[in-house]
This record gives sequence, structure tokens and C-alpha cells, in this order.
Amino acid sequence: MNAADTAFILISAALVLLMTPGLGLFYGGMVRSKNVLATLMHSYVLIGLISIEWAILGYSMAFGSDIGGIVGGLDYLNLAGMDKPNDLAKTVPHLAFMAFQMMFAVITPALISGAFAERVRFSAFLLFSLIWAICIYNPLAHWVWGGGWLAGLGALDFAGGAVVHMSSGASALAFCLFLGKRKNYGREPFIPHNLPMTILGAGILWFGWFGFNAGSALSAGDLAASAFVTTHLAAAAASLSWIFAEWMHRGKPTTLGLASGAVAGLVAITPAAGFVTPMASIIIGLVGGLVCYLGVNMKHIFKYDDALDVVGVHGLGGTWGALATGLFATKAVNEAGNDGLLYGNPDLLWSQFISVVATWVFCFVGTLVILYIVNAIIKVRVNEEDENKGLDVSQHGETGYQN
Amino acid sequence: MRKIEIITRPYKLEDIKKALTDAGVKGMTVSEVKGFGRQRGHKEIYRGAEYQVDFVPKIKIELVIDAAIVPTVLKAIEGAARTGEVGDGKIFITPVEEVVRIRTGETGKDAI
Repeated sequence: MNAADTAFILISAALVLLMTPGLGLFYGGMVRSKNVLATLMHSYVLIGLISIEWAILGYSMAFGSDIGGIVGGLDYLNLAGMDKPNDLAKTVPHLAFMAFQMMFAVITPALISGAFAERVRFSAFLLFSLIWAICIYNPLAHWVWGGGWLAGLGALDFAGGAVVHMSSGASALAFCLFLGKRKNYGREPFIPHNLPMTILGAGILWFGWFGFNAGSALSAGDLAASAFVTTHLAAAAASLSWIFAEWMHRGKPTTLGLASGAVAGLVAITPAAGFVTPMASIIIGLVGGLVCYLGVNMKHIFKYDDALDVVGVHGLGGTWGALATGLFATKAVNEAGNDGLLYGNPDLLWSQFISVVATWVFCFVGTLVILYIVNAIIKVRVNEEDENKGLDVSQHGETGYQN
Repeated sequence: MRKIEIITRPYKLEDIKKALTDAGVKGMTVSEVKGFGRQRGHKEIYRGAEYQVDFVPKIKIELVIDAAIVPTVLKAIEGAARTGEVGDGKIFITPVEEVVRIRTGETGKDAI
């Protein structure tokens, strides 16, 4: 047991928790004012729901003893067996590692909520999120981090490029295709109602991401410092590449573009954070900003209503990050990692590619199946009148702003 | 008595208020409104998508004055609000049948 590591992991866990309120603000500012509370709620309520689910069942499914590479056993059910450390983080109390992982489980379904914003029924959303956490997140976390088949394949995912970002992006695509467009989408401008709120949210996400990525080193040392720096540089690079891309494309650099670019860079570096050099992270960020800028414009071409661009930012950013890990990873940074294509090892890129395909297919198909089941019990989409009134009044009986 | 409604650029409010009070106007009501005329709106860009925003912010100033000072007041407004570009706005003048001061019950010109 190491006191510095323990303090570091506990602080990191708190930082990752803060990302979920940050995400709520990031999303909340982008919707119309009649849906601001419902959108904040989509993030905040999952802190409640998923934390309980994780303590009772989720942690064990993800990190319990491996069953056929698919899922963890029930040895940690109801937080049993917390008296000795997990082998993945031997220097910290088991509960600290469990709590750190809990915050990742919380934010992942909250990320999806950007796709179905402004038209989902709250009760159906709760049921969906619970089933999704159990059937998609927990097994996927096991595949990648808990000793499952993707880890066995040699695929690298430092802090959740696949588990958190690709998974939420792929699920978001399935969800918005299932749900259909918002009423009058494309006919009237759907303009963010409070961009300062969104920019604040992006700042909180950036801050919390140091816990997410540096904390994923699971000890307070060289690797954490390395991941901290790569995380920051990628976000910085992507914030610039996004605004310069839109400056050239549309003539103006926007604040929403800067915030979106920073988040895109953070997403892109997530799987690579502990495996690449600082200079590689700048390239990953620069390309990440461009890829995600193209990504958010894709929805206009393919005509799906991914309201707040979860597919474009998290889906594509996570995919680029996973592949970039296969290009730029080097054992010089992390002995426990691997060398990528640019360091003479094409095998890693292949493993990364398989993890991308597996994650997209599993999450996309799984989400559709869950949605058909939930929809048979509770209609996932609100009726037209409730959508017109806004989710704040129709789902929660409140209004965000009095004037 | 006449009611004057001015719809014009928000940043002109202070200039117009000063010109009106200099012309002897005692009170007015201002609201923030949105609208468009020949100026139309402008483009806004969110994550690479362009939106045409037709309704642009304007102010509406309402005042009731004695018919005799209408020409003076119009001159004051035009002097303060005119830039010569589209978007300067409009002035509407309508007859007013009666005015009542609630506090005293005075009516007509005395109540203005």
C-alpha cells in the first residue's frame, strides 16, 4: 500500500466525478432553453443511478474473476472482497480503485445523452441507462481492462477510448437513428441557448480529464506525469485545429468550436495518453480536432439528428485515438504498453483496428436491441405536445429561467 | 394626442432618449423586441453549420404626445436614429382617443 498513490487515486476519482456535472453544463448550454433542466438531469441523475448499480453489480461484472474473456464473475457482488487490493492497482486500497472506476461508469452513459437530447422520455431514459450499463458498459470494461478478450488480443486503451468514448459514440448513433429527428429539425434554427454555460462545462471537462487520464496510471509517478502532459497538449492542439478549420471553412473562429475542439482532443488522446510521447500527442490532437470537425458535419450529409454531436466528437474522436495509439505508441514511454506502427510494429495497429470494429458493432447492435425492449415497455420518445412544451415542464414540472 | 412607436437599433436608445427629452417629451416606454424588415437577419455558425437568423434584436419605444409637437419630435428622432443604412427602423404615428393618469384621474393633455 502506498499513501501517495492512494491520495492520487482518490483525488483523481473526485476529478472524474466532476466531469459529469461539467458534461451536463456542456450539453445544457447547447439545447434550447425549454430543455436545459432535462439535459442537466440526464447527466446528474446518472451519478445517482450508476453509482448504486456499480457498487451492487457493475464493479464485479467488470473486474471480477474472468469468465471466458466475456465478463467478470460475481466475486465482488455488493462490494464483497474489498479487504485486499485488486491486482490491477496493488498500491491502493481496493475501494479506492473501485471508486475511481465507478466515475468512469457514471460518465459514459451520460455522454450518450447528447444524441437524444430534447425528445426522450425521462422514465425510458432511466431504464435504458440501467440496462445499458449492465449489458454494454460492464462487459466492455471487462474486455478491455478486466482481463477480457480484447486485452488478451493486445489492444491498448489507456483511459477509455473504446470503453468510454467509442462505446458512447456508437450507442449514440444507434439511439438517434432509433428515435428520429427532433420536431422541426432542419426547418427552424436550433441554436444553443447559453454558450457561456457550454464553455464553462468544457473547462470543467478539461480540468477533470487530468483525473481521467493521469489517474489511469493508477500510481503517482512518471507515467501519471506523462499522461497528464499528453492529455493537456492534445486538448490544446485540437482546440486550435478546430477553430482554424472552421475559420477557413466558414469564415469565423467560434467559441463553441474552441470548446468542441478541446473536448475532441481530450477524447482522441484518452486511449493513447499513457503510451505516447508529448510530441505525438500534439499530432494526435491536431488531427483529432480536424477529424471531429468533419465528424460533426457528417450528420448533415447522412441526415441523422445527433443533437449535440456525440457521434462526431466521441465516436470519431475515440476511433481516431484508438488507431493513433496503434501508430504512435512506444515502449519508451510505457514498458507495459507496446510499440506502434511508427516504431516498427504493425501488429498493434491491427489489434487496435479489431478493438474499434468490435466496440462499434457490439455497442451499436446492443443499444438497438435494448431500445426495442425498453420501447416495448415505455415509449422512449415523448409525444409531440410534450416535445413542443419542452422536457423541463413536461418531464420535470419545472422551468429553468423565470422571465 | 398622438402615439409614436419607434422601432430601431438597440444601440441608438440613449441618443433617442436624450433627443426626445430635449424636445420636451416627459416619458416613454421601451421594450426589447425582435423583428426584420428590408435589413433581414444575419448568419450564425454553430459547429460548422450555418443558420439564417431572421429575427434580429430591436428596441421599440412608445410615447404619447400632444399632436402639436409631432413635427418637432419626429425631427428629433430622425436626427438621433438615422444612420442612412438599412436597419434604421420605422416610426408609426396613431391618433389616441384618451389618456388617464391613474394617480389623479386627470384626462386628456393634462395626463400626458
